[in-house]
Amino acid sequence: MARQPIKFFQVGSFAVGNRLLDPYERSVQSDERRSNTLTSGHRACQGCGEALGARYVLDAAMRATGNRLIAANATGCLEVFSTPYPESSWQLPWVHSLFGNAPAVATGVAAALKVKGRTDVRVIGQGGDGGTVDIGLGCLSGMFERGDDVLFVCYDNEAYMNTGVQRSGATPPAARTATTQAVGDEPGNVFGQGKSAPLIAMAHEIPYVATATIADLRDLEAKVERAMDIRGPRYLHVLVTCPLGWGCAADESVKIARLATQTGLFPVFEAEHGDVVDVTKIRRLVPVEDYLQPQKRFAHLFSPERRDDVIAAVQARADRNIERFGLL
Amino acid sequence: MKPFAITLDVGSSLANKTGSWRTEVPRYVHRMPPCNDGCPAGENCQQWLFHAEEGDYEAAWRQIMADNPLPAVMGRVCYHPCETACNRTHLDEAVGINAVERFLGDEAIKRGWTVTVDAPDSGKRVLVVGAGPSGLSAAYHLRRLGHAVTIYDAGPAAGGMMRFGIPRYRLPREILDAEIQRILDLGVELQLNRTVTDIEEEMAGFDAAFLAVGAHIGKRAYIPAGSAAKVLDAVSVLRSMEGAEQPLLGRRVAVYGGGNTAMDVARTARRLGAEEAIVVYRRNRDRMPAHDFEVEEALEEGVLVKWLSTIKHADEGKLLIEKMELDESGFPQPTGELEELEADSLVLALGQETDLSLLDSVAGIEVVDGVVQVDERMMTGLPGLFAGGDMVPAERTVTVGIGHGKLAARCVDSWLRGEPWTHPPRPDVIAFEELNPWYYADAPKTVRPQLDMVRRQSTFDEVVGGLDESNALFEARRCLSCGNCFACDNCYGVCPDNAVIKLDEPGPYRYEINLDYCKGCGLCAAECPCGAIDMEQETV
Repeated sequence: MARQPIKFFQVGSFAVGNRLLDPYERSVQSDERRSNTLTSGHRACQGCGEALGARYVLDAAMRATGNRLIAANATGCLEVFSTPYPESSWQLPWVHSLFGNAPAVATGVAAALKVKGRTDVRVIGQGGDGGTVDIGLGCLSGMFERGDDVLFVCYDNEAYMNTGVQRSGATPPAARTATTQAVGDEPGNVFGQGKSAPLIAMAHEIPYVATATIADLRDLEAKVERAMDIRGPRYLHVLVTCPLGWGCAADESVKIARLATQTGLFPVFEAEHGDVVDVTKIRRLVPVEDYLQPQKRFAHLFSPERRDDVIAAVQARADRNIERFGLL
Repeated sequence: MKPFAITLDVGSSLANKTGSWRTEVPRYVHRMPPCNDGCPAGENCQQWLFHAEEGDYEAAWRQIMADNPLPAVMGRVCYHPCETACNRTHLDEAVGINAVERFLGDEAIKRGWTVTVDAPDSGKRVLVVGAGPSGLSAAYHLRRLGHAVTIYDAGPAAGGMMRFGIPRYRLPREILDAEIQRILDLGVELQLNRTVTDIEEEMAGFDAAFLAVGAHIGKRAYIPAGSAAKVLDAVSVLRSMEGAEQPLLGRRVAVYGGGNTAMDVARTARRLGAEEAIVVYRRNRDRMPAHDFEVEEALEEGVLVKWLSTIKHADEGKLLIEKMELDESGFPQPTGELEELEADSLVLALGQETDLSLLDSVAGIEVVDGVVQVDERMMTGLPGLFAGGDMVPAERTVTVGIGHGKLAARCVDSWLRGEPWTHPPRPDVIAFEELNPWYYADAPKTVRPQLDMVRRQSTFDEVVGGLDESNALFEARRCLSCGNCFACDNCYGVCPDNAVIKLDEPGPYRYEINLDYCKGCGLCAAECPCGAIDMEQETV
């Protein structure tokens, strides 16, 4: 089950650290000795949620494994901005192959380590929503059903951002992308399409599936730590804001991710062997409009004329999540 | 020849200085928290709460003592404008700053904490007239600045209105005595029963003087009264509570006025055995100058109030009351409707005046509306003569008096050294909207215990209790630390570029921005809970 919230210390478990807490109660990110697996000088945009999410996840995994960790990366923003040849921002063993095969490469690394008897070294596969939800889904499903000892992490920014913001299977309805323009009676991405990778992962009844965001660091770190305690296939789906693709200000990355959870649009939960075992309750419930309004990809819902019908349909999706996962 | 690309050695992205992308740069700042801004004594509440949050109560107390020598008194009698201003009121309830201050003040008395005079002897002598809050505060600060200080007070004991105005149930005398003694122990000389009649003459042996004689004369309003009517004034009643003989007020006591003093007298009358204590006030509760909690506590203790009433005539055993009504501008207007009110005595609580006879022969002193005019240095028209407290134009509270004493001490000091006085710069006050309140945990205010009602109506025991260690700590930790870093590490965590550096030995700031890599995204500033980071335009 999820972490125990820290008893009241001014900012409780909400802030990254706190001088009033014992060091062992603080987050990995508040520690000056954190790995900084994704180090400075990378070329991610200002305020990149994916850069933040990747460092949060891998630093936590490094601590959980005593720095015995290898990462296999799918093609995508994360790979492109971190490794323009000959530079690399990665401060851990890291391998990149193709767009769609990251789960299979991770499987291969895990298999090689097993053959060598190095079961102490753990493997993470990672990619964006394009590489995970669309192109890599076959390899991912195979990795799950074979029972490979890999944690696969999807950094979900809800479109193909690297190639110019094209729609993916994780793009939310009504969002404008390069391939779902804000035109016609049903502007933006259509309702009724797309898929939930966490629920697909749960359908494989693998030992551990969880969702998280960059807006709740302590929750994210606890889930990575929990995942690294388990052997076998595990899946972590992290919502990461893309200021460029979503059309929000660079300094709003964390706030927008927080609003995604506080509207109910992005449910934060943990599942074991196919069953939801814990959810993060909504702390300050807000209407979806608060989340949609600051993002230019939803600007057509507010001007030139307000589309209350579409906003209501998005709200209905949030309400369904609240009901389905018991978020209140 | 090898192809170009594969001849390059793999390197770290640290070679890529992304700081060049930046158009805005984050800066750690110190802003003015509203509590500090609201404190008439100029306390740095946020800073002493910061120490208290860590459980370092002594450091917290020493931080208070830098501005205010009477924390235990303050924690009882201050009307805490800090709490009224507190940004936490927008979240749940104000931080109980006053309650924590009292805890720290009591802790200091219990543990015997003292302060020292660290400044070298200046060789200057300063006279302070009046040992009330303002005079004591000035004496304390002047002494700590290295000057020799002598206080003259006309009364039989030090404390001024803290002793002869504020009832014991709000300020126990052993607390007052302990804090005054701590000031005297610094080497301040106190001469009691020493009335000053001509200040210029008395100043002969001194390099400067600070006047804080207070306002001890009860204002009289003309009320036609029969020869047997018993009419007293509130200041004398409260003062006589400190003497050997308690005032005889009778079974039914009427108090005329709507200020804090009226409440103090009515509550005192109840404790002296009056079956009925009735406050007669000409306007309604909304317009009453007494503080809300004082009115509330008085009503709880059974004090009655006759709203919208004036006294036409006083006779033995009874008063003639006229009903009033408020006009559009909120002023009370007579209605001609009269009624009788039984009362054995009438106590007038209509405000106080200052006895300024000691200034009569001094040239250059300007008196307006019964109070002495001073400049921004608290200096009167006579060079070297400063004044503060209730005798100068300001709100008349203990805290304001203490603030005057501090300011005057610093100005006297600069004047004695022949240096001009400049007020220290004040940063902008930080508003609630500039905080990121998401990060603060939910925590309602800790309520101070109150004495049970029977004892509140029959004894002079202290009404409001103190916090214990654990709930004082909790209360201190409710502080939002507005505009000042409290080391939560959020900036250090949320930077996507690892461009925040924690300093091993924090100076004025605990973190530093690594300008080589900061892209200026502003996440650190946006996610700072307390608004201690500003984004500024980058200069090229």
